[in-house]
Amino acid sequence: MLEVEGITKAFPGVVANDDVSLTLNQGEIHCLLGENGAGKSTLVNMVFGLYRPDQGIIKVRGEEVHFEDSGDAIDRGIGMVHQHFQLIPVFTVAENIILGNEVTKGAFLDLDSARRQIDSLAERYGLAVDPDATVGDLSVGEQQRVELVKALFRDADILILDEPTAVLTPGEVDDFFGVVESLTGQGKSIIFITHKLREVLAVADRITVLRAGRVVGTAAAEGATQQSLANLMVGRDVVFRVDKAEADPGAPVLRTQGLRVADDRGVETVTGFDVEVRAGEIFGIAGVEGNGQRELVEAVCGMRPTAGGRVEMLGQETTDWSPRKINELGVAHVPENRSKHGVVAQYTIADNLVLNRYHQRKFSQRGVRNTAAINAEAQELVEQFDVRTPGVDAFIDTLSGGNQQKVIVARELTGDLKALVVAQPTRGLDVGSIEFIHRKIIELRDRGVAVLLVSAELDEIMSLSDRIGVLYRGRLAGTVNAADATREELGLLMATGSSEGQR
Amino acid sequence: MNGARNANVGIGRAAGQVHRMLTEAWRLQPLYVSLYAILLSFVVGGVLISIIGVNPFTAYWALLRGMVGGGDEIAGSLARSVPFIGSALALAFAFRAGLFNIGAEGQLLAGGITAAYVGALSWMSDLPGIVAIPLILIAGTLGGAIWGGIPGVLRTKTGAHEVISTIMLNSLVLFGVRWMVNSRDPVVLRDTESTVPRTDPISDTAVLPELVDSQPVLHTGLFALVGICFVVAFVLKRTTFGFEVGTVGLNPHASHYAGINVNRVIVASMAASGAFAGLAAASEISGTNGFFQPGTFFLMGFDGIAIALLARTNPVAIIAAALLWGSMLSGAPLMQQEADVSIDVVRIIQAMVLLFVAADAIVRYLFRVRELDQSPFKATSVEGAV
Repeated sequence: MLEVEGITKAFPGVVANDDVSLTLNQGEIHCLLGENGAGKSTLVNMVFGLYRPDQGIIKVRGEEVHFEDSGDAIDRGIGMVHQHFQLIPVFTVAENIILGNEVTKGAFLDLDSARRQIDSLAERYGLAVDPDATVGDLSVGEQQRVELVKALFRDADILILDEPTAVLTPGEVDDFFGVVESLTGQGKSIIFITHKLREVLAVADRITVLRAGRVVGTAAAEGATQQSLANLMVGRDVVFRVDKAEADPGAPVLRTQGLRVADDRGVETVTGFDVEVRAGEIFGIAGVEGNGQRELVEAVCGMRPTAGGRVEMLGQETTDWSPRKINELGVAHVPENRSKHGVVAQYTIADNLVLNRYHQRKFSQRGVRNTAAINAEAQELVEQFDVRTPGVDAFIDTLSGGNQQKVIVARELTGDLKALVVAQPTRGLDVGSIEFIHRKIIELRDRGVAVLLVSAELDEIMSLSDRIGVLYRGRLAGTVNAADATREELGLLMATGSSEGQR
Repeated sequence: MNGARNANVGIGRAAGQVHRMLTEAWRLQPLYVSLYAILLSFVVGGVLISIIGVNPFTAYWALLRGMVGGGDEIAGSLARSVPFIGSALALAFAFRAGLFNIGAEGQLLAGGITAAYVGALSWMSDLPGIVAIPLILIAGTLGGAIWGGIPGVLRTKTGAHEVISTIMLNSLVLFGVRWMVNSRDPVVLRDTESTVPRTDPISDTAVLPELVDSQPVLHTGLFALVGICFVVAFVLKRTTFGFEVGTVGLNPHASHYAGINVNRVIVASMAASGAFAGLAAASEISGTNGFFQPGTFFLMGFDGIAIALLARTNPVAIIAAALLWGSMLSGAPLMQQEADVSIDVVRIIQAMVLLFVAADAIVRYLFRVRELDQSPFKATSVEGAV
């Protein structure tokens, strides 16, 4: 169906794709696997006509093509579902699907015939969508189905799916795999981009692994293992399991009682949350995003006012204390949103490393900053946390996401910590950085720090936590020991708020 | 068509040459856009002058002599520039905290009226100059600081955007002082012995020593304002408070996360901004007129915005930009006298400077300047603070 031969694409300063070749056969699911920045998106963007290759050939059904824009690619039967949906929330499903490809009768939209076409597509591929629903009211999983129908509506035979499972709950992921298989069963061919190894092994027919812009391996899914793929992706042996000793929990350090918090719109998204995290344990909070995680973390760390209930740290009530007062108790916070809260993009690495300690005696005397001490501290942290940078006076936005996160982690994990609140600590990072950050978190736990971990990655929660609580609609739906937890049980709790299930 | 294009390319090439010269010789990287904007404005202004039938070189020669043609001219230019330093600092400092203080016009008036009131208090004449002069300057500074601090408080307590509230506060104080100085019944601050509306003269002990008896008088307030520029540069670059101001300006969310009291920084920065304007006004009252007249500070705050942006909010560059601004205004009358070109032409050139600095894409295209530095005053960067 699709052949990519010797494609090279350079951007100023980087070669994003270097002599990449790939073949997609009819009816197969071809997984494109690689770390962030390996060149997966660049490659598919060229196939979809968004970039033009510097060198190399793209053939569709044996015929060489030169796409000027994505319109050309769509005309050749290529469809793409982006990671961030390209839907208009206030339009209905049918309106979104025909957008740019309107079915008309004279000067008017022919929504009836569009609706009929959508229904028949939906039925044929098992993609249940209601053409008259407003997109903004749909769940993320449903919106994704709309995107798929939209591509099929434009007669796509080749579908490119960019990290389609990143936004789904475990249950939705299973449904999604069902849809993907019914699509290939009826002759569609799929390029599936991901960095989640489990998924690759679950759906792929063939796998191409990219590393630093080059193809480092193409394999049939049969016989591949998570370990072998991870090693290929990273280019060295990856320690897959997070090695950690049994937890040795001590006294309670962080406690909330009936905590209620409102989000920016004033809607209460944390609705009576009780938890107790003890010294030397990692308490993981699993849950589908948008169930109050962000507001919970911000309220505990003093960044957001509470609407009720109380927060205690080390036996003192800290409800609605300022972020600095809480921080000075020995509570560190790795924020969920790296660029909004974690760093000041226009500052150097050194200034970012002291962002919350710049005022301490060590770095400031009589109100004047001690640049030498700041740089010395930064130098030490950069080495200790293996931040890859030309120097501490480089601007932080010259670093990759993984290295920026290391800077944040270095800043937060330094000092005399009693408790650590981490939100999405490894989102968007490569395997190497993930490993590193996980190790640091466990080191802290072993030193007796109480860790509250919030993550949308169930794998991360399961491998790091000692106890796991599932956050559902702003309260804890259940708490389990990590050793006994299963994906199925947690998935059910995440989706329904109850382990009996209601579906 | 083709000829015009060739000429265009030719100009572009010449401009590229100028740019290379500047890069290699002077290392003025961050100020390129400003320098070219000035150059470009004079070129366009020259075209304008020749359209009205005057040789632009004759006009500019007269302007230049009016600016720096002799001792008196230089002193006059300096004197004219002094208050601009303060009003430009008012914008620049707030800008570093991510705030757009366009209320310097009002903060000058608030500082000026406070200084004039304190300076005319009867017991001032009993004090020695070494006490009375600092007192009148501090009074003006405080007046400005309060008037600047109010929009800061409104912003943190109610979310009112400082652009709106400073505009409103400008009107409030403008008409407020006008009434105070005009009104005869009741007498508020009017000097009843004077035929023109103005306040009572300040005590002789509160008069800043004069440097040159030029027109206007060049007084020692120059040192105070130039000194403040260096102090502000140091504060922003080297102090803990400056770090907080810069952090809030660049990323208020991260500042909040890092434990900085964002509201306190906002109020303090606005008050400091107002203080600079207030100081400028007080030094004018004390050093030149000796009384307050509402018209004295007309447009001075708004010119401060242009000067601060021209200096790319760099406190030391503000000194140079204010000198340029003030001396152009000071030299314009000679141009009118000798070349018969209206003073307004200088105003037009100044407006174009600001326009070219704001719409820097024009300058970058003409002079082939790459986007090296972030433009500090594009609409988006003002939004920074929420």
